Amino acid sequence: MSETVMEMDIIRQERQEVANRKTLGFWIYLMTDVVLFSSLFATFAVLRNAVASGPSGQDLFSMPFVLGETLVLLTSTFTIGMAVVLAKRGFKIAALFNLLLTFGLGVAFLVMELTEFTEFVHEGASWQTSAFLSSFFALVATHGLHVAFGLLWMLGLGIKMIRRWGKETDLGRLALLGTFWHFLDIIWIFIFTFVYMIGVLG
Amino acid sequence: MNERGLGNKVLSYVIGFVMSAATTVVAYILVVERIWPTDVIIFTVVGLAILQLVIQLVFFLHLGQEKGQYWTLVTFWFAILVIAILVGGSIWVMYHLNYNMMNMTPQEQAQYMAHNEGI
Amino acid sequence: MDWNSIWHFIFGRLTMQAFVHDPIMAGAGIMEIVALVVAIGLVTYLKKWRYLWKNWFTSLDPKKIGIMYFIVAAVMLLRGGIDALMIKAQQSTATADAFLSPDHFQQIFSAHGTIMIFFVAMAMIFAMFNLLVPPQIGSRDVAFPLLNSISFWLFAAGMVIVNAPLIVGEFSNAGWLAYPPLSELQYNPGTGVDYWIWALQIAGIGSLLSGINFFTTILKMRTKGMKMMKMPIFVWSVLGTTSLIMAVFPILTVTLALLALDRTLGTNFFTSYNGGNPMMYVNLIWAWGHPEVYILVLPAFGAFSEIVATFSRKKLFGYTSMVWALIAITFLSFTVWLHHFFTMGAGADVNTVFGIMTMIIAIPTGVKVFNWIFTMYRGRVRFTTPMLWFMGFVVTFAIGGSTGVMLSVPPANFQFHNSLFLVAHFHNMIIGGVLFGVFAAITYWWPKFTGFYLNEKIGRYAFIFWLSGFVLAFAPLYILGFMGAVRRLDHYDPSLGWQGLFIVSGVGVLLIGIGVALQIFQVIVSVLQRKKNPAPADAWDGRTLEWSMSSPPKEYNFAVLPEVTTRDAFWEQKLAMKRHAPEPVKYQDIRLPKPSFIGPLIGGLSMVFGMAVVWHVIWAILVSLVAIIVVLMVRLLRDHDEQVISAAKVEKMEAAL
Repeated sequence: MSETVMEMDIIRQERQEVANRKTLGFWIYLMTDVVLFSSLFATFAVLRNAVASGPSGQDLFSMPFVLGETLVLLTSTFTIGMAVVLAKRGFKIAALFNLLLTFGLGVAFLVMELTEFTEFVHEGASWQTSAFLSSFFALVATHGLHVAFGLLWMLGLGIKMIRRWGKETDLGRLALLGTFWHFLDIIWIFIFTFVYMIGVLG
Repeated sequence: MNERGLGNKVLSYVIGFVMSAATTVVAYILVVERIWPTDVIIFTVVGLAILQLVIQLVFFLHLGQEKGQYWTLVTFWFAILVIAILVGGSIWVMYHLNYNMMNMTPQEQAQYMAHNEGI
Repeated sequence: MDWNSIWHFIFGRLTMQAFVHDPIMAGAGIMEIVALVVAIGLVTYLKKWRYLWKNWFTSLDPKKIGIMYFIVAAVMLLRGGIDALMIKAQQSTATADAFLSPDHFQQIFSAHGTIMIFFVAMAMIFAMFNLLVPPQIGSRDVAFPLLNSISFWLFAAGMVIVNAPLIVGEFSNAGWLAYPPLSELQYNPGTGVDYWIWALQIAGIGSLLSGINFFTTILKMRTKGMKMMKMPIFVWSVLGTTSLIMAVFPILTVTLALLALDRTLGTNFFTSYNGGNPMMYVNLIWAWGHPEVYILVLPAFGAFSEIVATFSRKKLFGYTSMVWALIAITFLSFTVWLHHFFTMGAGADVNTVFGIMTMIIAIPTGVKVFNWIFTMYRGRVRFTTPMLWFMGFVVTFAIGGSTGVMLSVPPANFQFHNSLFLVAHFHNMIIGGVLFGVFAAITYWWPKFTGFYLNEKIGRYAFIFWLSGFVLAFAPLYILGFMGAVRRLDHYDPSLGWQGLFIVSGVGVLLIGIGVALQIFQVIVSVLQRKKNPAPADAWDGRTLEWSMSSPPKEYNFAVLPEVTTRDAFWEQKLAMKRHAPEPVKYQDIRLPKPSFIGPLIGGLSMVFGMAVVWHVIWAILVSLVAIIVVLMVRLLRDHDEQVISAAKVEKMEAAL
């Protein structure tokens, strides 16, 4: 009898240890992702003035538009934080609603970004035009790709949690997604600052 | 359910959100209005970015707030170190390489040599 | 709809012409196909496909994965070695186009370097991680078993891609690092550089994931009582190595991706027009590349620490300083990368800083060498084959390290850069350091994982041929470097008087070839004689926990997870057992991960993706990419089940020793 209880305790402890490992492992992966972005930032920093005969940041960037993108993403990082916190305490509807908001805001962010890219290409500023533009597109589009993967993850996890609410492992996954999403906003802070703002200042 | 704990957590996110938004808007206004010289704006704006980084790390990611986060912090600082060396080092090295690599126009080259070599 | 456009839609830029090669390349391709056919035929004839699939390919047991890494690495060592023989043969003739055209020669040295570093050395160290880290920390598994399998299969996919050019297309001619502008589309429009990029990109992601896996494993899965300062030094070396892997492989990923973008989407990162900067590639690739060589050598250092302590029958001298030396080397390796391009015009202040940092890194390395020697001092040393490899390492690595300090002096570097002096230096470090360490480790740990010893006598002969061959092969290169010979030369004017030294070097490589043949012979003989040469669990009177497992180990490593109180935990266990009788063991159910087909599936899809990108087969690129994403999403959103080995079964397995 007491053996079974002890075994349940061991299993619970093992599950907690596995969850801790996953959290640390995912955080470490995020750190490597940050190094990846910093390589792109370094490339951008070195090539930012290599505009060849093409336009520069000052010619292209629209600050109000970028501010809009930034605030959209910032709001989404807030709503996913709320989703994680609410889910952990069992508030299913509120959590899923916040997750839906995050998804919508994320999609809005990507739509805005794609609109910006399309406009640049139409103005003759594509990734082929100059080293500056190549590094701009590489950095910003890599961030956008990460957002897209996050949205895919959100879709998969969200559908799963609607059908099967409350599993400990799903809550763990949601927390990891939240961390991932927070990181994407943190990277965006630096894109916003070093690419757009300093680009516009010249 | 721990309602008070929930309240604290929600408050953390709300504070983080408001402070981040404020930092962003302040930086935006500084850049768009250009009240100060460019160099000063750049320094301020970078400082605001770092400030927002810290805000988000603390209020969204709760870094350094829960126990058992030792390795999280160690790996975080290690990543910061690597990034500083990689980005700083690359900028320093590449800027210096341009000196002999003729990646500048003749005017830029003359300017560089006047500025750095006193020629 | 004409036949041409249908063909192009299905096959991209692949044409039948891609299968046509000059006689020697064609011969190599045919040999590769024959080897494949023989291997597949043998497995089919012996009806072992189901066995291989169930017990090896889908296994999440790190021991199995480690052995698979090792087998791939050994095969790739042969390929890289044959490349070396061909280089030496051509260089010994001093004649242009003697039997290798310049283009073929360039592909050979590019393949030689790429394969040796990525598919031999890296593979060997991942084999060591998989086999040794879990047992040494008293664990049954790694932190993320499925990720471990995926990492191996990504590596295998890269291996297939790097070997495909022998049969279809051609390999890169741009060296093992493919500098632009040569590697750009303008000068290399063919498939060569693309093969190179995608083999490394895919294998590189596998490496990065392994780094994360083993780092987390060491931090989170040490057995009870094993604090950090009680871990074996090998585990510390893995901690340092994985820190480096995690920090720098993202840089490689980005750099390869940017080059790929230049070649496929017409971007301008490293082009010589439109503002591109080829030196940024050089800068980034070496920011990865220098830590990479420390990634290769640190595990060798760790292995030597274990080997020297065991065969000196003494605990390792200066454990704490060894740990700090490892940490110092890890940090310093980030600060030296410019020494690979001193001559590219950075100016005196930049060169000086990086030169000094390079010299400084010799210090902790020296601390380690001295500590090993002090471990031997007043020990009861047994000169088994692993110790012979260690002695060979100390001498060659010290000499190679000294030439490294010579190279680190920027003004001197202007003479040595890209000469044969440089080539001799880095082969000195990699062969003397990494390879000798790997050979020592193989000989040392072989009995643990197979249950029988390797033939000592043949091992000694192999060592003698390797050491003498190495000296004969590379000492002339130092001299040739001083005389002005540059690297990657396929011919030179005989009146320069270099040919004699090249021939001596060629003889050296032949001796190494004999050494390799002896090693293969050693394995065959040892397998045939295994019943006569069985190894007990404690094959060498070892000091660390892996020696407490049976030889070969059970799937679960330890029936009962050990509790540790000191360093050299197994040594303490042995002493304790001498003092009092062992307590009766209480077995419990053991839960292990079930085998999974996800690893091979991801590997296969990645291989398709890589080949598709190389040949510009758009539909295959999209299909494989979407498939990878879908497979990962489905798997990662699912809770996985485990297999249980009941306590009763564990008891039976333990009794069956």
